[in-house]
Amino acid sequence: MTHLELPSYLEQSENVRDRFSRLKERPVILEVKGLQKEFDTPQGRVTALKDINFKTHRREFVCVIGPSGCGKSTLIRILAGLENKTSGKVLLEGQEVSGPGPDRGMVFQGYTLFPWLTVKRNVMFGLEVSGQGKYIAEDEARQWIELVGLSKFENSYPHQLSGGMKQRVAIARALANQPRILLMDEPFGALDAQTRAKMQGYLMEIWKNIDITILFITHDLDEAIYLADRILVLKAHPGEVQELIEVPVPQPRSQDQLLTPEFLATKKRLEELIHPPVEEKEMNGDHMNMVRMVPVNDEVESVF
Amino acid sequence: MASAVAQLFSVRRELNANTRIWVIIFSFILPLAIWSLISYVPFVWHPKIEITSPGDVGYFSEGMLVDREVFDSELQKVIKEDKELPEGFPANPVYLPAPHEVAVAFYTAFTTEPKRRSEKWLHESLWDSIQVIFWGFLISSIIGVPLGIICGTYDFFSKLFEPFVEFFRYLPAPAFGALAVAILGIHSAPKIAIIFIGTFFQQVLIVSNTTRKLDPSLLEAAMTLGAKRMTLLFRVVIPGIITYLYKDLRILLGWAWTYLIVAELIGTSSGITWFITQQARYKNFENVYAAIMIIGVIGLTTDLILAWIGRRLFSWEREMAKT
Repeated sequence: MTHLELPSYLEQSENVRDRFSRLKERPVILEVKGLQKEFDTPQGRVTALKDINFKTHRREFVCVIGPSGCGKSTLIRILAGLENKTSGKVLLEGQEVSGPGPDRGMVFQGYTLFPWLTVKRNVMFGLEVSGQGKYIAEDEARQWIELVGLSKFENSYPHQLSGGMKQRVAIARALANQPRILLMDEPFGALDAQTRAKMQGYLMEIWKNIDITILFITHDLDEAIYLADRILVLKAHPGEVQELIEVPVPQPRSQDQLLTPEFLATKKRLEELIHPPVEEKEMNGDHMNMVRMVPVNDEVESVF
Repeated sequence: MASAVAQLFSVRRELNANTRIWVIIFSFILPLAIWSLISYVPFVWHPKIEITSPGDVGYFSEGMLVDREVFDSELQKVIKEDKELPEGFPANPVYLPAPHEVAVAFYTAFTTEPKRRSEKWLHESLWDSIQVIFWGFLISSIIGVPLGIICGTYDFFSKLFEPFVEFFRYLPAPAFGALAVAILGIHSAPKIAIIFIGTFFQQVLIVSNTTRKLDPSLLEAAMTLGAKRMTLLFRVVIPGIITYLYKDLRILLGWAWTYLIVAELIGTSSGITWFITQQARYKNFENVYAAIMIIGVIGLTTDLILAWIGRRLFSWEREMAKT
């Protein structure tokens, strides 16, 4: 890849530039201001997130990416209200939020479907909790299940479904509440490559057709570039915003774009940010001590 | 052959259905075989001689059990004095009846009329015992299960109740016998109280622990879907643990039976314990064994029935076990 001549990831085509300028004029859905998170550990106070600032606009798809330990999970859990922030503000459509609520849907990596409820009852959960009548809830749940293509399974229990199907139910369950933003914490991390690609396609379909803003955490660079309008790159120790990248790959996306110059340029930039070549060696003394253990005169003397 | 044996003893591999049934049957046959061996094969144990004719030994009488050494020395004496020889056959002590005697007792214990009119039939005694267990366990569960769930859900209640419960569970339930009689009289109430004390404190701790094992991400998911406090408790915590809770209660019910014998000795002795002590007094040890086994059979049957009901109630669990 090194000998390939790539454009700068900052170069945007006319269409893409135009789209971004229109996107930024849309109303702000989520605004994070000076968000700070500190933990008390036996080794003293640790800053997990430091002065995080960003905005997402209506119907925007934002991916958050960063090396392990950069606090991306902590960030999304704070946004969902599952963890407390130390300081700063989280505004949803201008209103400060605290604690979990149905206005921010969440999809977890571990599916978290209720094993004692059927697919339909799982999707009905949020609707029933918010006080809707059983019949209305059932009706709506059916529509959402239909939308993610699982009507045949509405009376199955979660353990009867495959991983990809479970995650589709989880997405339907979150969307049924009609949240303003959908928070997704490495939702496809546990899936195999093929299912993952399919799920990415489904998610794009959903996002295109529904009024939903998505904040998606991943550690997969391809996934981030393929899905996102903009990518929020975090840095570790302490977790800070390193760059907010506008993905120059034109919309609508398809799997064929994975090898286009814009895509590769963005990927190269992300690689640089997330795996800086020098630092890795300095950071940890974790390495192998391999010595040759094959006799010199062995029949297969070398693997090459 | 060797591979068949290797298959029987492969680590953490399930036996095939056919073999499994045979091994389960064998688990009951094995102790029965040992018992039969000791009972029917004379040279295995039989430390006593049952006298069939006393001969000229003054204190022997027909049907009497004497130690083998005593019989031998008396026999030598009689031989020396050239008198009529006593006769007898090797026998086990009275406290170890043979399997067939116990098997017969199983039937006769139910059909034999009580010796005195004030005494109860075996089935009446059993019914008394079952009632004591039922009420003791029910009262304990009505209080203990909700308390355990609340302790497992809210740290405040856990710290408020659990340390004291932890202390109290070390106090042996039977120690409260005299107190229970003084407060509750001599009939069923103090017995129910002992079952309650024996079960309740363990129950609170076990239920709270089970509650704490609920996957916290399910609670988080529910919260992001808008569930709060009571909704969380009734729609997530309780359904999330109900199958484990049910299993806990089955195990605890088994424990409740172990307190029964002590409980029934308190105040006026009653129920199956009264039957056992009474029969032991009359030296009808086959009845004693039969009664003890009846407790076992009742316990196992109840548990199997509860397990079956559980599989009906929690259908998602059964499917989950299959996959």
